[in-house]
Amino acid sequence: MKVQLFVTCLGENLLPDILQKMVSILERIGISCEFPEGQTCCGQPFFNSGFQKEGREIALLWMKRFAETDGYIVAPSGSCVEFVKHRYPKMFPEGTVEHEIAVQLAERVFEFSQFLTNIVQITDLGAFFPHRVACHSPCHLTRGLGVRDEQQRLLRAVKGLELVSLNDAETCCGFGGIFSVVYPEVSMAMMEAKVMNIMASNAECVVVSEPGCLINIRGGLQKMNSNIRAMHLIEILAQEGAA
Amino acid sequence: MKDVTARIDFRGNSQAVSPAMVVATQKNARTALMKRSEVVVEFGEERWQQLRRAGREVRLHALTHLDRYLSMVEENVIAAGGQVHWARNAEEAHRIVFDIALQNSVRNIVKVKSMLTEEIELNHALEGRGIRVYETDLGEFIVQLAGQRPSHITAPALHMTKEEVAALFREKLKVDAQPDPKLLTEIARQRLRKEFLTSEMGISGGNFLVAETGTLILVTNEGNGRMCTSLPPIHVAIVGIEKVIPDWESAAVMLKLLARSVSGSKITAYNTFITGVRKDGPREFHLVLLDNGRTQILRDKMARETLMCIRCGACMNICPVYNQVGGHAYGAVYPGPIGSILTPLLIGTRIAGGLPFASTLCGACSDICPVMIPITEILLHLRRRFVEGDDFEGSSISGTLKAIAKVGRYVLGSPSLYRLGARMGKIFQAPLRSGDWISAMPSPLDRWTMARPFPAFRGDFRGWWKKHKDAKDISGGKAS
Repeated sequence: MKVQLFVTCLGENLLPDILQKMVSILERIGISCEFPEGQTCCGQPFFNSGFQKEGREIALLWMKRFAETDGYIVAPSGSCVEFVKHRYPKMFPEGTVEHEIAVQLAERVFEFSQFLTNIVQITDLGAFFPHRVACHSPCHLTRGLGVRDEQQRLLRAVKGLELVSLNDAETCCGFGGIFSVVYPEVSMAMMEAKVMNIMASNAECVVVSEPGCLINIRGGLQKMNSNIRAMHLIEILAQEGAA
Repeated sequence: MKDVTARIDFRGNSQAVSPAMVVATQKNARTALMKRSEVVVEFGEERWQQLRRAGREVRLHALTHLDRYLSMVEENVIAAGGQVHWARNAEEAHRIVFDIALQNSVRNIVKVKSMLTEEIELNHALEGRGIRVYETDLGEFIVQLAGQRPSHITAPALHMTKEEVAALFREKLKVDAQPDPKLLTEIARQRLRKEFLTSEMGISGGNFLVAETGTLILVTNEGNGRMCTSLPPIHVAIVGIEKVIPDWESAAVMLKLLARSVSGSKITAYNTFITGVRKDGPREFHLVLLDNGRTQILRDKMARETLMCIRCGACMNICPVYNQVGGHAYGAVYPGPIGSILTPLLIGTRIAGGLPFASTLCGACSDICPVMIPITEILLHLRRRFVEGDDFEGSSISGTLKAIAKVGRYVLGSPSLYRLGARMGKIFQAPLRSGDWISAMPSPLDRWTMARPFPAFRGDFRGWWKKHKDAKDISGGKAS
């Protein structure tokens, strides 16, 4: 099985360690990874800010890059995957070549946990993480892609891990891309509400499997001097050791 | 009238919100959502989804055949002894109501809660012509006394505490009011009793209009709706043209959806059905069918589903943004997610273009909407209208923003420039960086760091990948 790495612009620039771990996990289970080097961004930041023309242009470049490849396309982000999967086909009128390519790419692209559980059909990666863990449900992953159970199933298979419940787990953390800088005060209030719930969960660690939400919540915990670590699911699944 | 050319400043408004407003908003929302989810579970999730789809079909069908169903309404209302008036805009609606009042020497009017009359600022217009208007829904009564606007479409005074209401009653009604909801309600009841009995006109909105019989459906909880529409000799109902549904089968679907979505009730306390003039009711029944921008919205195929809204308020209850700011921050009659699309559609993105951005696109509103309005899609459509302009309105953003977007697009459109940018980011962050974090960034990115630090640009995935791949190639290309 072959995977094209869709590293996402936030992932590449802010969370490269998560990408490296994603590669390690995939290779560990016998999947070969390729990295289409010409990739930049999927265009979502433009499109969702109202700059649809620019968004479409960036999307075309992404499509060109990935259409040259084969196999599955996997990203550590539900938001970017949802954009490619659901938005790209809607961006171009039916009957056009672009639409056709977008539909084909949409069928190939998966978020990491979705890919593992539904395509590879593996949940136990032999990870060991003896901590209390809460799990935030990122909006585009949960409501956008309908990935609800997948993260939990992967976490339950981690040895030593105790899953604790998180109040309002499906409530947005306040990131929202451009929203966070257009309305920073409201974004902050939402982030603080999320962080308060995380703190009240008595978890040592919170899983946030979405780069945007992760930098938001991680930053929030840092600001509040919390010892709770915000981690991408990949970082937990990559934890090997005594089992 | 207010200055309608001033842009709605959601950011400024949101900063002016009191902590008490936020607490009250969240409390109301939590209770409503909890009750809603209980009745949905009882109803059965799958059946509920079927009902939503059926409701969506009803509303969509009605909107696509609006001309036919509105004619049916008109015909049937007239056949039942009622009178039908058509109003293109707020001014025409004001004049129609005022003329009816004038012909009947009306001095006092009792009103049922109605968002549409808020939309056209009817009370203001009538009072300007010397007619007293009494809001009779308890929440609206309070909001009217306070000279405010509802902060929620179904719980208009949720933002006020019982202490504030008691103080308001003491000040405005000159009564000894204690902060006890029961006693406060009693005061309002006493006060309104006289108005119910002496007012010469009752005004209502309408939740639905059933085309096949020309029946107005009013869904209320306090009984005031029945008083307003049965005691005064004249009843005027002002209803948006989008509220029509084909028949009673549709009505059954819509009422089930509405009651559950508003308050988690299986049925609302009072479902009032009014068909023209009844023997034991007001001697005149007037139906004012109001457009006020709705046909324009119908023309916009990306946005027309906004008109399917049945004003249940579930989208505001679930909205994480609304729950941090309350209804007044939206600076208009309709708050929350539905307000963020409806307001710019009604008054233009030039004035209300900031509202579609008051969302994280989390999608909770579209998921809960009983008629499945694709709110996030319409938010994106209106963001585009604000930024790029479309067939309906021109762009409302500055040339500077457009230039910045062009540069961004140019950089992201070129892999080599993109990689250069990433390298420069690492260099330029040096003076700002402390450990893994950047705690303060220059404007406009300080809008991020004022809330939380930004993670430092770090690592080099591409460099790592190259080494990793080379190592694998040497070891035979097999993963260990």
